[in-house]
Amino acid sequence: MNNKYSQIFAHLILFLGMMVMIIPIWIAFASSTHENVAILSEGMKWGLGDQLLKNYSEVLNQTGGFSQEITATKMFINSFIMAIGIAAIKVIISSMSAFAIVYFRFKLATPLFWLIFITLLVPLEVRILPSYQIVSDLKLTNSYTGLILPLVASATATFFFRQFYKSIPDELLESAKLDGANSWKFFIDFLIPLSKTMIAAMFIFMFVYGYSQYLWPLIMTTSEQYWTVVMGMKIIFMEGYEGGNLPRIAERFAYIILSIIPPVVVIIFLQRWFIKGLIQTEK
Amino acid sequence: MGFLDIDKVTKIYPNGTKAVHETSLSIEEGEFMVFVGPSGCGKSTLLRMVAGLEDISQGDISLNGKLINRVDPSERDVAMVFQNYALYPHMNVFNNLAYGLKNRGVDKATIKEKVYETSELLQISQYLNSKPAVLSGGQRQRVAMGRAIVRNPKIFLFDEPLSNLDALLRIKMRLEIKKLQRKMGVTSIFVTHDQVEAMTLADRLAVINNGVIEQLGTPIEIYNNPHSVFVAGFIGSPQMNFIDAELKNNTLITEDFTIPNFLSDFNGNVLIGIRPEHLSPSKKGEINITIDLVEQLGSDNIVYGEMIGGKELCFRSPGNIGFNLGDKSSLEIVENKFYVFDKNSGKIVD
Repeated sequence: MNNKYSQIFAHLILFLGMMVMIIPIWIAFASSTHENVAILSEGMKWGLGDQLLKNYSEVLNQTGGFSQEITATKMFINSFIMAIGIAAIKVIISSMSAFAIVYFRFKLATPLFWLIFITLLVPLEVRILPSYQIVSDLKLTNSYTGLILPLVASATATFFFRQFYKSIPDELLESAKLDGANSWKFFIDFLIPLSKTMIAAMFIFMFVYGYSQYLWPLIMTTSEQYWTVVMGMKIIFMEGYEGGNLPRIAERFAYIILSIIPPVVVIIFLQRWFIKGLIQTEK
Repeated sequence: MGFLDIDKVTKIYPNGTKAVHETSLSIEEGEFMVFVGPSGCGKSTLLRMVAGLEDISQGDISLNGKLINRVDPSERDVAMVFQNYALYPHMNVFNNLAYGLKNRGVDKATIKEKVYETSELLQISQYLNSKPAVLSGGQRQRVAMGRAIVRNPKIFLFDEPLSNLDALLRIKMRLEIKKLQRKMGVTSIFVTHDQVEAMTLADRLAVINNGVIEQLGTPIEIYNNPHSVFVAGFIGSPQMNFIDAELKNNTLITEDFTIPNFLSDFNGNVLIGIRPEHLSPSKKGEINITIDLVEQLGSDNIVYGEMIGGKELCFRSPGNIGFNLGDKSSLEIVENKFYVFDKNSGKIVD
C-alpha cells in the first residue's frame, strides 16, 4: 500500500512539474491562434481561436525588420545554420583536442588542458569587444563564418571528452596498435564509435547553446539577411508601437512557438542516444 | 641465435624504477616459454618490450634475426592476449577478429575465410555476430585468442590471460591453450604468477625475480634442481619447508636434528629446504613435530605441524592416513631429498 501511495505521490510531483513547463507554452500557442484585438481586450487565451493559419503564414512570409528585408523563415534558416555549424564544429574540435591531450603524452598536455579549461571563466560576453574586433578585421561581419567561428571552441565539451577517453582502458589502445591501427585509425575506429552517445549528448547541448545565442548575432550582423531567431524576436513586428497600428501580439506568440520547434526536433531525433550518453557508457 | 633473442635488455621507467635488469634470453622457434614470478617482478614489462608497447632502455631484441628495438608494434608481427582481453566492445566477434587483417590490407574474401577457419577452431562460430558484452568469460577468452591466431603472427604473447577466469574454466582453458599451441606450433611467451600454470604450460620456464631471471630451464629441471631459495620457494605447492641450520665440517646441525655426511667445502649459516612431498612419518624419523592443522584434499592430506623450536613445517601424505590435531609425529626425509642454500646469498650449496 505504502508503495502505491508513494508512487502516486511521485507521479503527482512529476505531473505538477510538467504542468509548470507546459502551461506557458500552451497559453502562448492558444493565444497565437486569436486575433490581436481579442488578446488586447480580453488578455491571454486558454482556448484555441480560429486565426491559426492566418497568423502563422503571416509570420513566416511577411517581411519585417527596419528595412523590411527579412522574413521569419529566413531567420529560422539562419539560426539553424548557425546552431548546426556551432554544434558540429564544437564536437569535432573538442573530441580531437581531447584525443590529443589524452593520448599524445607531450609535456604540455596537462597545462594546456587547464588552459583550455580556464576559458570557461571567459565566456563570449566578456570578450565580446576583442572578438568583434577580430571578426571585423577578418571582414567576417555579416557572414555565417563570422557567426559561427568565434563560438566553436568549447572547454566543456573538451572536458567531457577527455574524461570519457580517460576511462577507456589502455589495453584497448595497445591491442589496436598490435592490430596495426595508427593513431588516426584508433580515433576513427574506436574513439568515435565508443563515444557516439557522448557525441549525441554534446551535439544537443551545443545546438541549443548556438540556437539561443543573442548578443553575438546582435552585434555581429548589420545586414538583416543574417538575423537569427532569438535576436529577431524583439525586433520583428515592432512597427506596431510606432504607427497607429495595434501591437501584433498574436503574431509574436506564433513566432515564439515556431522558434521552439528546431531544438525540439533535434532532441527528439537524438534523445535515445542522449539519455544513454548521460547515464551510461557502452563498455 | 634463437628465434627470439633478448640480449641484455634493461628497462628503466622515467621515475627511475628499474623493472628489468640486463636480461638475456633466447627462445627457439615453436617453443612455449613461460615467464613466472611474483607481481612486480618485471615479467610483464619484459613481455611488453617484446610486443613493442614499452620502449627498451638498453639492450637489443631481435625476432627471426631482425633487430626490432625500433620497429613499431604494428609491424612486429606479434599478437598479444591481454589479461582483460581488451576486446573491441563496439565491434561484433567477426570484426574483432577481422580488424587486424583489414588494417594489413588483406582482401575481403581471405579475411572471411580466415575468420571462419579460426572461429571453427575455437568453437566460437555461432557468436560471430554477437558483441563481446554478451559473451561469457570463457568465450571472451576464446575471442581474444582468436584475434591473435587469425593473423598467423610470428609470436604469441600472453599476459596473464587466465587470471580473470574462475578456477574450473582456468584449468580447461589452460589445457586448450597448450593443445592449440602444440597444434599450431607458434612460438609463444606466457606470463603468469601462478606456478601451476607455469609448470603445466611451459616447454621452458624463466623464473623472474626483481627484474632478473633467477633460473631458466624445463619445469622439471627447475623443480628438481632449484638454484636459489627464491626459485625453490616459488615453484612447488605447498611451498618448500625451510629450516635454519649450520653447516660445519660436513654436518648440518639444526636446533632439532642433525644430518651428517653432507660433503661440502662450505661452512656457515644455511637453510635446509625440504619439499612437503619428501617428508614422511616414520618411526626412525628425526624431525619431531606436533600436528596443528590438517588440510584434507581427498587424494592427499597436507599436514602442518610445529617443530620443537616453534618453526612451522608441512608435509604431504596419502589421503587415507588419518591425523589428529595435537598428535606427535616424527618425520624422515625421503631418499635424502633435500636442498641446502647459503643463508646470505640465497644460492644453492653443493
